[in-house]
Amino acid sequence: MTYIRRPNVVHPDMPSNELGLTARDYEGGISSLCAGCGHDSVTSAFVQALFELSIPPHRVAKLSGIGCSSKTPAYFASASHGFNSVHGRMPSVATGANSVNRDLHYIGVSGDGDSLSIGFGQLCHAIRRNVNMLYVIDNNGVYGLTKGQFSASADVGTTAKKGEVNIQPPIDACMTALTMGCTFVARSFSGDKEQLVPLLKAGLVHKGFALIDVVSPCVTFNDHLGSTKSYDFTRQHYHPAIHADFIAPAGEITASYRDGDTISVVLHDGSRVVLRKVDEQYDPTDRIASYAFLQKHAAAQEIVTGLLFIDDAKPDMHETHKVVEQPLNSIDFDTLCPGQSALAELQNRFR
Amino acid sequence: MTTGPKDNDFTVKIANVNGTGSASANTLLMKVLFRMGIPVVAKNYFPSNIQGFPTWYEIRANEDGYLARSGRVDVMVAMNAETYQKDQDCVAPGGFLIYDSTWPRHRILDRKDITILGVPLAQLCNENFSASRARILMKNIAYVGVLAALLDLDMEVVKALLTQSFASKAQLLDANQLAIDLGYRYAKEHFDGSLPFRARSSDKTDDHIIIDGNTATGLGCVYAGATLGAWYPITPSTSIMDAFRAFCDQYRKDPETGLTNSCVIQAEDELSALGMVLGAGWNGARAFTSTSGPGISLMNEFLGYGYFAEIPAVLIDVQRCGPSTGMPTRTQQSDIMSCAYASHGDTRHVLLFPANPGECFSMSVQAFDLAEQLQTPVIVVTDLDIGMNDWMCPDLQWDDAYQPNRGKVLSADDLEKMEAFHRYIDADGDGIAYRTLPGTHPKGAYFTRGSGHNMYGAYTEDSTEYREIVDRLLQKWEAAKGFVPEPEVHYSEKFRSGIISIGSCHDAVVEARDRLADSGVHLNYLRVKAFPFGARVQEFLDAHDRIYVVEQNRDAQLRGLLLLEARVEQATLVPLLHFDGLPLNAKFLVDAINTDLSKGKAA
Repeated sequence: MTYIRRPNVVHPDMPSNELGLTARDYEGGISSLCAGCGHDSVTSAFVQALFELSIPPHRVAKLSGIGCSSKTPAYFASASHGFNSVHGRMPSVATGANSVNRDLHYIGVSGDGDSLSIGFGQLCHAIRRNVNMLYVIDNNGVYGLTKGQFSASADVGTTAKKGEVNIQPPIDACMTALTMGCTFVARSFSGDKEQLVPLLKAGLVHKGFALIDVVSPCVTFNDHLGSTKSYDFTRQHYHPAIHADFIAPAGEITASYRDGDTISVVLHDGSRVVLRKVDEQYDPTDRIASYAFLQKHAAAQEIVTGLLFIDDAKPDMHETHKVVEQPLNSIDFDTLCPGQSALAELQNRFR
Repeated sequence: MTTGPKDNDFTVKIANVNGTGSASANTLLMKVLFRMGIPVVAKNYFPSNIQGFPTWYEIRANEDGYLARSGRVDVMVAMNAETYQKDQDCVAPGGFLIYDSTWPRHRILDRKDITILGVPLAQLCNENFSASRARILMKNIAYVGVLAALLDLDMEVVKALLTQSFASKAQLLDANQLAIDLGYRYAKEHFDGSLPFRARSSDKTDDHIIIDGNTATGLGCVYAGATLGAWYPITPSTSIMDAFRAFCDQYRKDPETGLTNSCVIQAEDELSALGMVLGAGWNGARAFTSTSGPGISLMNEFLGYGYFAEIPAVLIDVQRCGPSTGMPTRTQQSDIMSCAYASHGDTRHVLLFPANPGECFSMSVQAFDLAEQLQTPVIVVTDLDIGMNDWMCPDLQWDDAYQPNRGKVLSADDLEKMEAFHRYIDADGDGIAYRTLPGTHPKGAYFTRGSGHNMYGAYTEDSTEYREIVDRLLQKWEAAKGFVPEPEVHYSEKFRSGIISIGSCHDAVVEARDRLADSGVHLNYLRVKAFPFGARVQEFLDAHDRIYVVEQNRDAQLRGLLLLEARVEQATLVPLLHFDGLPLNAKFLVDAINTDLSKGKAA
């Protein structure tokens, strides 16, 4: 609960980032989610990613919809503005917010119900517009707050805690994103922070819509035998295809990255994502190949993880809409208002 | 009301088929009268269809300057065989009917009390134009030529308008001028002089413009400094965003870079459109959406969120008949209730009710000020009649000294000096808390939520804390009464009966009051311009025994809102309802009020 405050104590040896802030400065309220919830691991990965990127917390806007996942923006970066919107509609709020101030970092946190059911249309359209934001789906295949109904990401045949078998086929967030033209598509696992943190960092720096689908087991309603979103099942069927390392603009590529088959993608601010192929057949810059790869492994019940696709060159919403560089919310009124003389002139058209 | 047409006081109605290009011919005719200095009223009755359905255009020339439709037809131009019989039927006795006599219509020429004038429009055009599309289009221009002859229009004005319209298309200018001449010459040669009522040059339209409400609204949003317009196409509101975009291109685009300092996003639906507006409003920009009744229905959840989380947003609701499809191109005032209380939970929304395009311009600016001052969604509730019809109104004015009221927003300096910021504390005792914008200062951060927040902006499920928030919102609502525009009141202590009306009913009410006064019936008048209702509405209610509440919906929504939100007896408020989808006219009101008064006498 956010009214319980964390003790305001910082260990003197805690490392600080370029801004002189420690990881504590990127924490939020204490989580009200169930003990062991995968979402809390995602939250701590956010803390680490924001800290490591040295992003000023107040230059971040966190947005969410409704659900357990959507509560989590309150649990990190308490010095950032947050917007816990209505169910399934966070993409539109983020789109509008972003449209008038392109200089902030936008983080959307959503769930499989919020994104793949009630908000599926909004998610698709935000991807289609290439809104510059990081969009994380905490995906547990289940509705937690309403006590355990299947979500649209639940696999056919998976069983609910009380034994009910899911009959409706799942929607795969990553395949959807690839189809919609998403410029950054990744999948990870809340239990694999080593993989998740660099993905979050790369997604934050990527210019355009970065979607990360994070399998994040629900310990209360979907962590049993028969669930395909449990910790056990995910660990057993985990198939890392690509490991992404994020390197800040000034960072050097160390020798180890030159070993084996790596691809370095330079992001718009000069930072790089170094993609190390775990699966040699995989090419994360080829949308069609990525899609085929995901389909093939999905058929084999394998959960492919890593940075599945990246294209940092596609124009974002501001570019396609031909909007000026300056954030629209900071333009002087006198610049925006044409004034009386223009009005007098204009009205000759209406006579 | 029964006086017949006379010079500069007549109504011409043109019945046509949509998709035949009649709009430019009709606008030309209306503009000629306007430029001759004669006040005009133009109403377009068009179908929800692209090609082939019946469509009508009505022009009332009116020296006295009344701006409602007349409810009478003195000259009918019957260009649509499908509606011919019906069109003939609605001509006032002594009136005129013009038809295309290329094809015989003997069997249905059965009115003896009107004059029927046949003009072989199709034949004239077929003989003079070779392209099939031109033949169809020019038929329409040709009837303007016929009317020019019959109504004695100033041909210099006609020529000047054509020249202006086709300044860059010489070929089209020649064709249109030829079509005008064909109709004009035929009428001069075949009909004996002009009609008994004619257009005579006057001076009543100086310093006036012809503009539709949606264009004026789009312009108002530019002048208000809006930088995001998010919308989903829906009749009759679509032309608002078309206008906003066009004016942004005109005034805000850098010719070198091609970049604009505003953004228009066509959303995937109305839910998303309002979500974008709330996101932008939360982020400190002036943002708006334009929609109609079905859109308001879809936006309900977000409207409640905006109210409760206290986020500025401006919505323009151009009302139409509802629900769903069928009559989306017909006017009504049937969203009053749904706008006032949109959403679940205890919500009330500030509404503004413009009566004409001039007020669309000024009230759209006012809406942004109120939305930011009160930190809440504000809905400008207009209708299809105002939004899509061409209205004559005084030149729009702008005060260059105007500065937007951005409300209580803390700057980085303010925050730097503060020990701590809490979003929903009522520091000034007016129910309006201070807000911060994302990215301003680390101390400014807070978490925006729906109903589960306390005055500090923290999560709560505590009953007392919830009450604190909703009670303060009610206090803010009370404060809003002092900020919204006051009603327009025409009042004399001598009279104990009155009319309350709203929006586009205004001009019919003005005219009806004059006609009733002619016969010795005097009624005071109040036009509601905003919700919540302020003290002056209550005073008016208190001062009268009988009040006709004039509005354009079946269920007397304004009357219902008055009964709910003010102190007044049901019996005091007599509903006067017009809801067939056509704009209100004065005759309807005069007849209804006279009927009601005679009932009172009989009893």
